[in-house]
Amino acid sequence: MLDQVIFYLFAGIAVVSAILTVTRRNAVHSAIFLITALLATAGIFLQLRAEFLFIVQIILYVGGIMVLFVFVIMLVNLDVAVRQMQFARQKWVALLISLALAAQVGLMLWSSRKMPGQGVPVLSAVPSEKLPPNSEEVAKSLFSSYLLPFEIASVLLLVAMIGAVVMAKKRT
Amino acid sequence: MLPIGHYLFLGLALFIIGAIGVVTRRNVIVILMSIELILNAVNINLVAFSRLYGDVAGQVFALFIIADAAAEAAVGLGIIIAFFRNRETVLEDEMDLLKW
Amino acid sequence: MQAVTQATMEFVKQYWVPLVCGLVIVGVLPLIVGYVVLVERKIMADMQARLGPMRVGPHGLLQPIADAVKLLIKEDIIPDDADKLVFWLAPVLSVGAALLAIAGLAIGPAFQIAQGINIGILFVVGVSAMGIFGIVLGGWASNSHYSLIGALRSSAQLVSYETAAGMALVCGLLFAGTLNITSIVQAQYDQGIWFGLLAPVALFVYLVASIAETNRAPFDLPEAESELVAGYMTEFSGFRWSLYFLAEYTNMIVVASVATTLFLGGWLRPFPRTHWLNFIDYLPPLLMVAIGVYCLMRTPKQPARVQQLFMLAVAGLCFAVAVVLAAPVLVPLVKPPLAAAVRPFYEGIHGGFWFIFKVGVYIYFFMWLRFTLPRYRFDQLMRLGWHFLIPLSIINVLLIGIAMIVGSSYHLNGGWLLLVTIPASIIALIIALLILAVEQKSEPQKAAGAAPDSYA
Repeated sequence: MLDQVIFYLFAGIAVVSAILTVTRRNAVHSAIFLITALLATAGIFLQLRAEFLFIVQIILYVGGIMVLFVFVIMLVNLDVAVRQMQFARQKWVALLISLALAAQVGLMLWSSRKMPGQGVPVLSAVPSEKLPPNSEEVAKSLFSSYLLPFEIASVLLLVAMIGAVVMAKKRT
Repeated sequence: MLPIGHYLFLGLALFIIGAIGVVTRRNVIVILMSIELILNAVNINLVAFSRLYGDVAGQVFALFIIADAAAEAAVGLGIIIAFFRNRETVLEDEMDLLKW
Repeated sequence: MQAVTQATMEFVKQYWVPLVCGLVIVGVLPLIVGYVVLVERKIMADMQARLGPMRVGPHGLLQPIADAVKLLIKEDIIPDDADKLVFWLAPVLSVGAALLAIAGLAIGPAFQIAQGINIGILFVVGVSAMGIFGIVLGGWASNSHYSLIGALRSSAQLVSYETAAGMALVCGLLFAGTLNITSIVQAQYDQGIWFGLLAPVALFVYLVASIAETNRAPFDLPEAESELVAGYMTEFSGFRWSLYFLAEYTNMIVVASVATTLFLGGWLRPFPRTHWLNFIDYLPPLLMVAIGVYCLMRTPKQPARVQQLFMLAVAGLCFAVAVVLAAPVLVPLVKPPLAAAVRPFYEGIHGGFWFIFKVGVYIYFFMWLRFTLPRYRFDQLMRLGWHFLIPLSIINVLLIGIAMIVGSSYHLNGGWLLLVTIPASIIALIIALLILAVEQKSEPQKAAGAAPDSYA
């Protein structure tokens, strides 16, 4: 019961914040609402007992990526941009197609829910009390089976760092 | 854990909102923020299935997606800053240098 | 609605103790922070050969209350074109992040608001990193160029030193093997040595990085009075400014607590496992008795009657605390069969005392550095963070990891690990200093203080 209320609370915050992110005129307001959406997603991770991912989401996404976004928004802040048209000229067509996609996928999910034996297999998850400690499990998996992707991710981050520094440097 | 459908619908909702943001907004930075919403929707799906099947690989994949999102945001914002220095605009339909 | 009320009742029934403790902390912390500010002013006065606040209450002990009243009744000024929502939100974010971080800390083995978090230390570090938004959004919402520059500088500083601090924590966690706070202190008990002694370079890096993380001198360029007015805090007055202030000192307490837990043995007394040093257990009550006696001796010298009564009250408080501290130690002596029953009280009360003592020493170190060292210029600050501390902390993690492998292959543990970790730390320090020297030799004109470009 508590689980359900927590899920609906965080899901509601996430969806409302996401809608506000894509509709605000001011980019800083969009960034603030994206921060709340990310925090709500972190809450969903916590509700799914993925506590390591919860804290990584907060440290990296909210504490790192969003700080970068807010920095850049302040550096390129244009007062004139706020008063212009916010939505592109293709907005109605784009909205229609996106809603058609949403309806399609939603219908698929809904119908697979009602038909037993098809769609998502009926498995019961491990009850929360019997879960192994999450950080240790992720660490074991990350450093044994997924060691190569881990190293490649480090190289990717190094390349991205060099790329970002080169792109943003002033050409003297 | 709730039935898996709840998490899938939440992921779908965030994905569609992010997709609408990408194709509808003019401000390039808001487009990048909508891409982050899409990536988060994918993460929710991955973690929900990881919990359902008891396999931690879903969470490891979500971790890599977060690292990748950081790299992409850094490079993307670097490109925006470089472009802004040259063209003084952050609106996507004014970034039409290839059109003559 | 029925489900929501039922779920709330379930939540409250299960978690009412942490909720009440959290509310008490949120209520009491501003008072504690006020007294930390008073202590800082007294220490500043002592180092500058003067007396500090003496007028309000005996020896200035009621100064924080006067300051709080003044701040609360000040006029709330909002700049003209400021974004009202973000202007309201920014101090709230700072204070919220700092107070949430307090919830994850353990003050003794018995007192932790959020108990048994598996990711303890990481939770505290991550949540306190969210305070950056309070600074950046506050500077932007003030609609003033100087506030924005101060905010960007301050957050650039925080982000730069966060990496070094994180790496220093990773080095300490290499010894602990777990992120849970109680398990980390238990690991220090099992090893019998503080992790700060095993990895002194990590402690040094965390000390410097935490000073920069909390915007304290010598890294307080973004908020010093002689630079950029007050940086991001310029346009906030009265209660909003006091929220920022509260956030800064709460952050100080949080980083001091994290360093104490991971590097200085948490709530363990010095040498917790050597039995012939058990007389150290008597030192806390003796210290409080000494302070009480000092207050008693100063009582006749007070000018007014009400001040004499106040000093007597303070002395009585010290004696009461001394009795509370002495009881768990004396009862097993007088009545040996009660020793096992008294043990949890001993651990809780003495643990709390030693924890607060170590946090106090760490914060005293902060204040000492503030009043001794001159301020760093911003480009020197960034240079120190990126060119010295980050390479030092990363190389330190690498070498301490290698030292641990070597140590475990020779079955060293506890104090014997010092044999491998101290050489590793020295080598890491030498390598980092070499990197710095090579850099300085290759660009002599840039290092000699050319005009700093804060956006480059």
